[in-house]
Amino acid sequence: MGMTHIVDRRLNGKNKSAVNRERFLRRYRHHIKKAVSDAVHQRSITDIERGERVSIPTRDIDEPTFHHGQGGHREMVHPGNRDYVTGDRLPKPEGANGQGQGQGQASPDGEGMDEFAFQITQEEFLNFLFDDLELPNLVRKKLKDTETFNYVRSGFSTHGVPAKLDVVRSLRGAHARRLGLGGARKKKIRELEAQLAELRTAPAELDAAFSHEDQIKVLEDEIARLKANVKRIPFIDEIDLRYRQHLRQPKPATSAVMFCLMDVSGSMTQMHKDTAKRFFILLYLFLKKNYKKIDVVFIRHHTSAKEVDEEEFFYSRETGGTIVSSALKLMHKIIESRYSPAEWNIYAAQASDGDNWNDDSPVCGKLLTDSILPLVQYFAYVEITPQDHQMLWYEYERVQERFPESFAQQQIADPNEIYPVFRQLFERKTA
Amino acid sequence: MSDALDHPSELGRDGLTANAPISTGSEWTFELIGKYDVEIAKCAAEFGLDTYPNQVEVISAEQMMDAYSSVGMPVGYNHWSFGKQFLSTSKGYERGQMGLAYEIVINSDPCIAYLMEENTLPMQALVIAHACYGHNSFFKGNYLFRTWTDASAIIDYLVFARNYVSECEERHGVDAVEAILDSCHALMNYGVDRYKRPAPISAVKEQERQEEREDYLQRRVNDLWRTIPKLDEDEDPIKRKKRYPEEPQENLLYFIEKNAPLLETWQREIVRIVRKLAQYFYPQRQTQVMNEGWATFWHYTLLNRMYEKGLVTDGFMLEFLQSHTAVVYQPPFNSPWYSGINPYTLGFSIFIDLRRICETPTDEDREWFPDIAGTDWVKSLHFAMANFKDESFIQQFLSPKVMRDLKLFAVEDDDLEDSYKVTAIHNEPGYRELREKLARQYNLSYREPNIQVWNVDVRGDRSLMLRHVPVDRVPLGKDTEEVLRHAHRLWGFDVHLESVDEGLLIEEYTCPHQPENS
Repeated sequence: MGMTHIVDRRLNGKNKSAVNRERFLRRYRHHIKKAVSDAVHQRSITDIERGERVSIPTRDIDEPTFHHGQGGHREMVHPGNRDYVTGDRLPKPEGANGQGQGQGQASPDGEGMDEFAFQITQEEFLNFLFDDLELPNLVRKKLKDTETFNYVRSGFSTHGVPAKLDVVRSLRGAHARRLGLGGARKKKIRELEAQLAELRTAPAELDAAFSHEDQIKVLEDEIARLKANVKRIPFIDEIDLRYRQHLRQPKPATSAVMFCLMDVSGSMTQMHKDTAKRFFILLYLFLKKNYKKIDVVFIRHHTSAKEVDEEEFFYSRETGGTIVSSALKLMHKIIESRYSPAEWNIYAAQASDGDNWNDDSPVCGKLLTDSILPLVQYFAYVEITPQDHQMLWYEYERVQERFPESFAQQQIADPNEIYPVFRQLFERKTA
Repeated sequence: MSDALDHPSELGRDGLTANAPISTGSEWTFELIGKYDVEIAKCAAEFGLDTYPNQVEVISAEQMMDAYSSVGMPVGYNHWSFGKQFLSTSKGYERGQMGLAYEIVINSDPCIAYLMEENTLPMQALVIAHACYGHNSFFKGNYLFRTWTDASAIIDYLVFARNYVSECEERHGVDAVEAILDSCHALMNYGVDRYKRPAPISAVKEQERQEEREDYLQRRVNDLWRTIPKLDEDEDPIKRKKRYPEEPQENLLYFIEKNAPLLETWQREIVRIVRKLAQYFYPQRQTQVMNEGWATFWHYTLLNRMYEKGLVTDGFMLEFLQSHTAVVYQPPFNSPWYSGINPYTLGFSIFIDLRRICETPTDEDREWFPDIAGTDWVKSLHFAMANFKDESFIQQFLSPKVMRDLKLFAVEDDDLEDSYKVTAIHNEPGYRELREKLARQYNLSYREPNIQVWNVDVRGDRSLMLRHVPVDRVPLGKDTEEVLRHAHRLWGFDVHLESVDEGLLIEEYTCPHQPENS
């Protein structure tokens, strides 16, 4: 008796397996990455609030051991015989897998046993998705020497500008000072006045030496002196003044705006747009991982540009020619009116099939170099075409030479290149 | 704890003891668990169960998953395979497939058993009876456990192993350590001495001797490889025929630890750790039927005894019997749920029948078990528990009645024949044959291919030759090449594996990829 010790371990850490789980994910990161990039193709732009189910072929995670193969002669004992007698012969099923080996042939829920499936969390999902990727180094810098500040109250101070004078505080201080300085004297005055009144009402003394007149005079003088003293206490003094104090706290810019620019002219087919969409999704996911708040601005253009909602952006059809600069101009306008670069990290992704009115391309280059690139963190241009480049591309190449840090362009010929291209654009630069 | 003793006087169900039920609800409290434990312990004492002290740990479902995935080690080194285990356990649990959690009990002193907080009180009592008194007494009483494991030292050793492995990870990188562990795990089942009693595990001694051993090990390995081949010696056919090792070695990991030419000291240590753990788990692998059967028999017997004493209610018994029945259910061979013989069923049936043979023997029993029929059942069961392993236990105690109840039959599968053949069923001429065949099925050396170290080409290319001796022409499975790659990683030079059946070379595997170490 009493040999049993009952312990409550429920409060002990429950994640004893966390390290081992992490080791597992680490070992199979290639498999998981593939599952993750497959999943991206199927998700909508806003559907990122969940993890992902990952399947790995069982043979890849098997731990091999020496064991018996099929063949040879073996005997197994089984339960539940109803009608067999010794010497009965039973036909072997087609493609018999030995027999009676138990596990490994079917699973009760019908799920294939050759897949090992498990769930990864949203965070792990994003980590795998953007493994080795990095927002272009500008952002880091941005976060460090941030340009916006928050002013926060931090008590009161005795110095300050009149605008920050706190009246209540100051008067309260003055009142206290007046009490402090005048209180004792006022008490004294009250006492003296009481004596004075007493003397005045008392019957006159016979002895002149003790004449009330003298005493009254002395008291009256003293009272007058004290009152003058009290009167000299200022109602409010320099030292009573209190000013509200504020501290300047740097505010890291945690919001970002992402501009999606897309050519919707007649030459852009739905296939082009789908490809562009996936690219935008990736960028959105990626920014989402780094910023708390993200605004997305959709700008589509043919010969003129227009700000639209997501639905219209991806699915409405337009025809006509192409003037890329119209979109850039609109973007610049929107930045100026709504997204001050001091508060917003600005990213832009432009997708196009490379078609542009030739005279417009130099305008685009100029717009980018002069007015847009100085304001944005990163501008990525993807050209969705298997064909040769046109004027716009070469113009952008010159832009890239001037802004290698904040501008990049890549070509996508096929939807399955999106992810690699995205990775190239955002690859972690080795310092 | 003393208030469990003063129950109002009222006759129990056995008409002798006078008790009121300990509790009637299904919610558990620590106090109630304590009371149940005291009563179960009393019942266990009535039957002479000898146990290590118990440590009952109440844990949450998540913690239970952790415990499941560390293959019964309360502390373990980190390895991805445990993470894999964890992922599949948690998947099973989330889908509601995870069964009863009374299988986790640790062969240590004190014996650690886990209670899951979600369980009802009857389930907690069931787990206590099953694990804390069933398994616990088995660990303490069975000769394999007594001989091969040291319950008092295992926890310390596990902590030592964990620290050593994580130190190695720091010094040599996670990948290097993982690679060695992978390879050791592949050969883990060949890291045991089957016949020789190993030195007891001790963390302190392990640490003390570690440095000393480092030098020693390296020296030994150097000695073996120092010999510079001399031409005339090599030409001598007798010398050349002398093998190293002279006798085949069954413990591959031991041989590798002591002789692998290129392993660094820390790698040898890791081989040693895995080997020691394999040895620790070896008795469990050989006594699954007995161990589970024994524990199931005792939870059944102890809780029924509680009921006789009036300590538990009818409702308690109904809930208990429901899960007991689920545990000992044996699907027939043609059921979609059939996955071999359920060790709980087989073990439980044998022990229950042993008791019957002792208490109310029939003529058949007297003929089959002359030494046992009519004897004191508690003594006979303890004898059976203490002195056997699955193979010999079945060979010795599987009665015709159990064979009839389970409707056992043996099927022969010969790749030279185009149909299966039923070779024995549960009838008079079949009993002995059936019993022998079932017993053999639990012989580890029949279940696992017989592979031993055959030779090392000490004077030549340093290649390692393993030899597989097939039983009944059963070849090696498809993992063989993969395992050889692991063997090769540990050995550092070519590894060959020959299947030799009665002097005839059947199959040959080689792992000749460019030598790489680590």
